[in-house]
Amino acid sequence: MEFAELIKTPRVDNVVLHRPFYPAVEGTLCLTGHHLILSSRQDNTEELWLLHSNIDSIEKRFVGSLGTIIIKCKDLRIIQLDIPGMEECLNIASSIEALSTLDSITLMYPFFYRPMFEVVEDGWHMFLPEKEFELFSSVTNEWRLSYVNKDFTVCPSYPPIVTVPNCIDDEALKKVATFRHGGRFPVLSYYHKKNGMVMIRSSQPLTGTNGRRCKEDEKLINATLRAGKRGYIIDTRSLNVAQQARAKGGGFEQEAHYPQWRRIHKSIDRYHILQESLIKLVEACNDQSHNMDRWLSKLEASNWLTHIKEILTTACLAAQCIDREGASVLIHGTEGTDSTLQVTSLAQIILEPKCRTIRGFEALVEREWLQAGHPFQQRCAQSAYSNSKQKWEAPVFFLFLDCVWQILRQFPCSFEFNEHFLILLFEHSYASQFGTFLGNNESERCKLKLQQKTMSLWSWVNQPSELSKFINPLFEANSLVIWPSVAPQSLQLWEGVFLRWNRSSKYLDEAYEEMINIIEYNKELQAKVNTLRRQLAELETEDGMQESP
Amino acid sequence: MEHIRTTKVEQVKLLDRFSTSNKSLTGTLYLTATHLLFIDSLQKETWILHHHIAAVEKLALTTSGCPLVIQCKNFRIVHFIVPRERDCHDIYNSLLQLSRQAKYEDLYAFSYNPKQNESERVQGWQLIDLTEEYRRMGIPSLSWQLSDANRDYKICETYPRDLYVPKTANKPIIVGSSKFRSKGRFPVLSYYHQDKEAAICRCSQPLSGFSARCLEDEHMLQAISKANPSNRYMYVMDTRPKLNAMANRAAGKGYENEDNYSNIRFQFVGIENIHVMRSSLQKLLEVNGTRALSVNDFFSGLESSGWLRHIKAVLDAAVFLAKAIVVESASVLVHCSDGWDRTSQVCSLGALLLDSYYRTIKGFMVLIEKDWISFGHKFSDRCGHLDGDPKEVSPVFTQFLECVWHLTEQFPQAFEYNEVFLLQIHEHVHSCQFGNFLGNCQKEREDLKLKEKTYSLWPFLLDDQEKYLNPLYCPSSQKFTVLEPNTVPFNFKFWRNMYHQFDRTMHPRQSVFKLIMNMNDQNKQLEKEIKELESKIKHQKNRQTDTVLNKESLRSIHSDSPALKPSLCFKKEQTLLPGNDAIRTIEGSNTADNRYSEYAEEFSKTEPAVVSLEYGVARMTC
Repeated sequence: MEFAELIKTPRVDNVVLHRPFYPAVEGTLCLTGHHLILSSRQDNTEELWLLHSNIDSIEKRFVGSLGTIIIKCKDLRIIQLDIPGMEECLNIASSIEALSTLDSITLMYPFFYRPMFEVVEDGWHMFLPEKEFELFSSVTNEWRLSYVNKDFTVCPSYPPIVTVPNCIDDEALKKVATFRHGGRFPVLSYYHKKNGMVMIRSSQPLTGTNGRRCKEDEKLINATLRAGKRGYIIDTRSLNVAQQARAKGGGFEQEAHYPQWRRIHKSIDRYHILQESLIKLVEACNDQSHNMDRWLSKLEASNWLTHIKEILTTACLAAQCIDREGASVLIHGTEGTDSTLQVTSLAQIILEPKCRTIRGFEALVEREWLQAGHPFQQRCAQSAYSNSKQKWEAPVFFLFLDCVWQILRQFPCSFEFNEHFLILLFEHSYASQFGTFLGNNESERCKLKLQQKTMSLWSWVNQPSELSKFINPLFEANSLVIWPSVAPQSLQLWEGVFLRWNRSSKYLDEAYEEMINIIEYNKELQAKVNTLRRQLAELETEDGMQESP
Repeated sequence: MEHIRTTKVEQVKLLDRFSTSNKSLTGTLYLTATHLLFIDSLQKETWILHHHIAAVEKLALTTSGCPLVIQCKNFRIVHFIVPRERDCHDIYNSLLQLSRQAKYEDLYAFSYNPKQNESERVQGWQLIDLTEEYRRMGIPSLSWQLSDANRDYKICETYPRDLYVPKTANKPIIVGSSKFRSKGRFPVLSYYHQDKEAAICRCSQPLSGFSARCLEDEHMLQAISKANPSNRYMYVMDTRPKLNAMANRAAGKGYENEDNYSNIRFQFVGIENIHVMRSSLQKLLEVNGTRALSVNDFFSGLESSGWLRHIKAVLDAAVFLAKAIVVESASVLVHCSDGWDRTSQVCSLGALLLDSYYRTIKGFMVLIEKDWISFGHKFSDRCGHLDGDPKEVSPVFTQFLECVWHLTEQFPQAFEYNEVFLLQIHEHVHSCQFGNFLGNCQKEREDLKLKEKTYSLWPFLLDDQEKYLNPLYCPSSQKFTVLEPNTVPFNFKFWRNMYHQFDRTMHPRQSVFKLIMNMNDQNKQLEKEIKELESKIKHQKNRQTDTVLNKESLRSIHSDSPALKPSLCFKKEQTLLPGNDAIRTIEGSNTADNRYSEYAEEFSKTEPAVVSLEYGVARMTC
């Protein structure tokens, strides 16, 4: 298929663009295979380049022959184009609609994007499982890398290499895979170096109504326990939901078969509940005509912060079991690809200082989201303005980023990255020129040959010039576990994302600049004092030597 | 002291207000003439001023003892368990007496004795000079003058002696107008905008009933509008909801009839009365005090309390006022019923938006002294300083501080002072430790001889001003840099640092603000050190030049010695400033504080009260 077929009118003059906080711009609108471009052809005016894949929905309106297209983006921005001529407007609208909903992944922009920068470090090879394994294999030999899934036959949504207990062989793993939903057998998620406790994750066991059991499964997860110690299973579903899952062949670990484990049920919502929550929240934020009561009731009704609280609480509970109780933890929900990953990744942010650095966070996203098989393609197909009631879309990763932001706000000096880094990841998970978030799992990414055909987001972000934008000037490495408060009074609306297009942040940005100035000035002064002290000391010694020949 | 029967009780438990597992600290409770003091087993002290106590409650006896809940005006809530009921009863009775004094003379301010001598004390009271403040605004001027009509508080008891009125408003007009205004509070100048030649005036409601009019009052308003050459129209802002104002007509009060006054534009603003505000705050505190509060209950409580709606209404009114002056150069007359609650809020916030002086530490003191203290906001009644009518108590001033806080959030660089300053003022408005806020009007304060018998708060705040400085403050080059806040509802947030100021676990564990503040201090020290080092180096160099000249012959002997130097001097770099590490100390965070799970009590190990470094927490501070 040629993009040209979809573009009926590639160019329209005298189009007026309205964006929040900018004066209206008149210029020429161009449509390319992947971008909507508006250029005023005046030297100093910025052009608008919008990826078609960033477009969530469009609306058309006509007043006489003047058409208006309202474009709602996945990054929550809303822009308006006034297009003279009804035919042009209709053509543009239908082209945008077609181009923003391409079926084939291989037609997406990352396959066409040619980077204008030199790749110093290839992001596709930065976070290899072998390297991650080396980080703790020096302190323990209880774990090994297994290549049992190298052709993705044992578990289609797992990566080719996983970390499992040393004493469990690949044959056993294959058996366990048949007992777990989607073949997602328990694998290592995190090793807590401080006390050797671990966090493992999986999908639900397929116990069904007749209480099926699997000896290998029991053996596998018991292998993660210390002698005489109990472990915790955190099921991210309520007991009710977990019980209902048995009717469909799923289920949960029975006490009788897992006597060394104590099961705790939490209830983290999934799928359309989250998607609706996002839609409601964004709608509330975008309507400035609300009075106070309406705003507060809409904020409440969206339930967004309730989800945040629930996810954070569960992650804290997992971290608490590991760090305070000295117990190992198994985490799963149904598929083990959504709420499970929210919990395992957030628990690591709380426990592991390395995850709060830029590199460490990238590695965490790579390990616990991309390789762990979170279906980005499905979940991020649409954002807050979607009309389609598809079952698969859900802001699962978005919620995770919001939770990280909440912790970042409570520990503003403990993270190497700033809020902008989280916003960047939010944007790129929905629409990007990079291949990182394409596909639903490693198997799909392999088939798409993303490594060969597209550029990794990390290759771009980790260039020093880009990285500097995401550095938190207040960062001071903090080797401690950080326990966030989950009281409703401590949680806040992520204004940097939800109010980003609804109010000017001029004064806040200026204050941030001033803060950076103070920090920079401090560094400068410290350096100067050091130099002067050295100089003085030299002079004094020199002097002393001259005095006492 | 006659109220104190038990001065010391041991083995008292202090419960964690939000803990679901009845976590507590054990310690000793002391009762002094002025404070309740609890010292826990870790020697941490909790001081509660008797005057800060809003309510004491004795709950039903439990197996572990008798619970005593104390709610404070600064939003601290403590929950003690006293082992013996008798002790609990004694303390309860003592606190009831001590927290509700009948006479001003029994308040702390009359016995408080800081280390200040008499002349310092007198000077302290002279720190804020309102005559000077009007002079700063350019008053007296061609069209405004000082009136001596109220010299002896004869016309209006609740106004100050010195009042500024239009030059054309003669004594008969003033007297006539005051008779037509509730409590005699006739229109007077609150703020003058030199640039726009427009004035903010304030008064109480007119006694218009359904049809009454008063020519002198009409002349008064005319005089005010004529004093402004830029705009012949003036606004009259009635800050009440229209319905309330109309209801007042039946009682012979009411609002201005536009037909009787030439050139006025009448406007209702719709701020609710003190009773609505009191119950709104009560509701808010109730919701937020709930254990294991859910997000939904928090937001629906925030909504149903109406608190943020009221805050927005006050700020909206101030924005309206500031716009009238800046955009239309129109003078504005503000009133409510008596003109001492909503009127004070709106006039002072309006001026704060208009004039950057009020965004400095000293200027903010002046603003409070002018629009609140001198114009007779009834601090003692509203804060319940004495045992009185609980229906008179209302968080009007707290709302003012919260509005200012919201402005500091939107304009982080526009204010010289920080949040701590606002909290500290709030603390002392209720503490009765200083004389400033005692009494309900200037006359009452003079009768109490507060300036002779008590100390003023302002010099103490000014001495400590380092603590109250906003490190990001960027003084505006112009006096009239107008703040134009965005009052869309999503800009209003719950003020956690006020209403949960003592609930440490709810706050961020690292404070950017503190860090930047310390860094600013450190920068100043470093600048100083650089100067010292530079002068030392210069001195040293001069000396050496001299030595070189004198000892020219010796020089050659040491020509190869410099190689030794580096090893000697690099050692000196190790420490720069002792404060360097302290800046970044992480404050306490603890799993138990956060109530992640109801399973917590099942977990075998108990939480150490102070968590060791290894467990992820450096230092717990209060």
